[in-house]
Amino acid sequence: MSNKKSIVDIPTVNKIARLSRLDIPEKNKQSLTNDLNNILGFVANLEEVDTSNVEPLASVTGHKLPLRSDIVTDGNMEDLVLKNAPESSSGFFVVPKVIE
Amino acid sequence: MSDLLKYDLLGASEAIKSKEISSVELTNAYIEAIEKTSSLGAYLEIVKDKALEMAKVSDENISKGVSRPLEGLPIGIKDMFCTKDIKTTASSKILDNFYPTYESTVTQNLWNDGAVMLGKLSCDEFAMGSSNETAAKGNVINPWLKHKKMSPGGSSGGSAAAVAARSALAATGTDTGGSIRQPAAFCGITGLKPTYGRCSRWGIVAFSSSLDQAGPLTRTVSDAALMLNSMASYDKKDSTSANLNMPDLMSYLGNSIKGKKIGIPKEYTQDGISDDIVNFYQKSINWLKEAGAEIIPVSLPHTKYALPVYYIIAPAEASSNLARYDGVRFGQRKEASSLDEMYEATRGEGFGDEVKRRIMIGTYVLSSGYYDAYYLKAQKVRRLIKEDFENVFKKVDYILTPSTPTTSFELGKKQDPLTMYLNDIFTVPASLAGLPGISLPIGLDKLGLPIGIQLIANSFDEPGLISTAHVLEKSADFNFIADGAAK
Repeated sequence: MSNKKSIVDIPTVNKIARLSRLDIPEKNKQSLTNDLNNILGFVANLEEVDTSNVEPLASVTGHKLPLRSDIVTDGNMEDLVLKNAPESSSGFFVVPKVIE
Repeated sequence: MSDLLKYDLLGASEAIKSKEISSVELTNAYIEAIEKTSSLGAYLEIVKDKALEMAKVSDENISKGVSRPLEGLPIGIKDMFCTKDIKTTASSKILDNFYPTYESTVTQNLWNDGAVMLGKLSCDEFAMGSSNETAAKGNVINPWLKHKKMSPGGSSGGSAAAVAARSALAATGTDTGGSIRQPAAFCGITGLKPTYGRCSRWGIVAFSSSLDQAGPLTRTVSDAALMLNSMASYDKKDSTSANLNMPDLMSYLGNSIKGKKIGIPKEYTQDGISDDIVNFYQKSINWLKEAGAEIIPVSLPHTKYALPVYYIIAPAEASSNLARYDGVRFGQRKEASSLDEMYEATRGEGFGDEVKRRIMIGTYVLSSGYYDAYYLKAQKVRRLIKEDFENVFKKVDYILTPSTPTTSFELGKKQDPLTMYLNDIFTVPASLAGLPGISLPIGLDKLGLPIGIQLIANSFDEPGLISTAHVLEKSADFNFIADGAAK
């Protein structure tokens, strides 16, 4: 498990930035790499905890997620939904062209 | 005029109900106080006309003999709460032009109960920070030792600064790892983070969904009880909302704590805590003892893993939650020729450095090959931390700890992200376990900066938390007012 924890380098930062859809300027990459390594170093002490028989905890509430009836609840609010869109047209969000 | 600012929330409520003062008078006094203290930078948006309109309705209600629980009381709202048609930015550039078309459940509850809205309060960007320095619109200054430009703490720094500066009678905050309790401690006020699930998360800008919880920042414990009474509710729109009635917290004020057991965890007295805080921690223990409580040493053995767990889980959830800022549906867009370039440019320009760091960490720990080693491991240790508390709460009723390892620091002095993260060392464990915690002011350090003490209760024991905090508040008798407060 621990052998999977490699130190972050600039190619890794490029990959993670791409997955995160974040444009990181070249000049900031080294300091960001250092920050990430420091933070990952800080959390590395978790390795020493024996968790072999421990179930992961995703929610502290202890209750089951409630279900609701499978009915449309959108409320016909097209105008409100689009109100904050940077660009919209004929009831749609507009994005840069994705098909050549 | 200044007489009006002397009322705390409960006092103002009584004065309005008895028609000693009107809500319009009180609201005008607060609008003036906001203007007088504007150099602190606590407010991002002031809604003067709306405030006076709401105050007028309250005065009309009072004249008709109707009074809702918060009738006519002017409060500030952290900019993490969506407020209908009022700009909501989460202190981020990426939401600079966002006007929600809906109202968060918590703020709607407050307006339904008669509260008057003064405006939106600054915070760390997307509530990520412990000094309010990551806010896109600049720093907030702590009203204590104002000339020295100290941090109000964070992320609810604007909320804490406004309550301490008397430019809001009370304020809402959100707490993910300490964002209500740490700024409350830094600003000499009371901050309460309820049990996870007490307050609906619906309409609150999401940071880390398994941790985020709204709560009040107030001058007193009674005020916190009054605010939380209104803020808390079961809400079908939040799937993690607790379907439990909140007892009337006001009825728990003044209860004796005789025979109650208070746990003192040995892991919370480590190196690096300032001497003044250690001294006041000891004083608080003595005060509780004098009030008839039994002091019991306890151990929460996984405490030292709380921050590492938090700095995996919170960024992981944030990286997912913040995927919605894509320049398509709301917020800023930076034009580019392809869709992916548009996403990258929009997010690269719209998010600040700390937010980017957390998105990057979160994406990394969730990415293929690292998920088990980091994210799953953190979730497992989170369970151990929660079990530590469960074991201790078999033996004690409440846990007493310092709120923070140090008092406030000068703005611009703590640049290293990890040093900043250590601010939340005493508040993060209760957050990970979903437990309610309150920070209240108990004294001043050598420099004259406020010191906070934290009480942690078992899940959904806000009533007992209020009783115990109220006893401690009486003993501490903290009557200091920040030098930068409105006069």
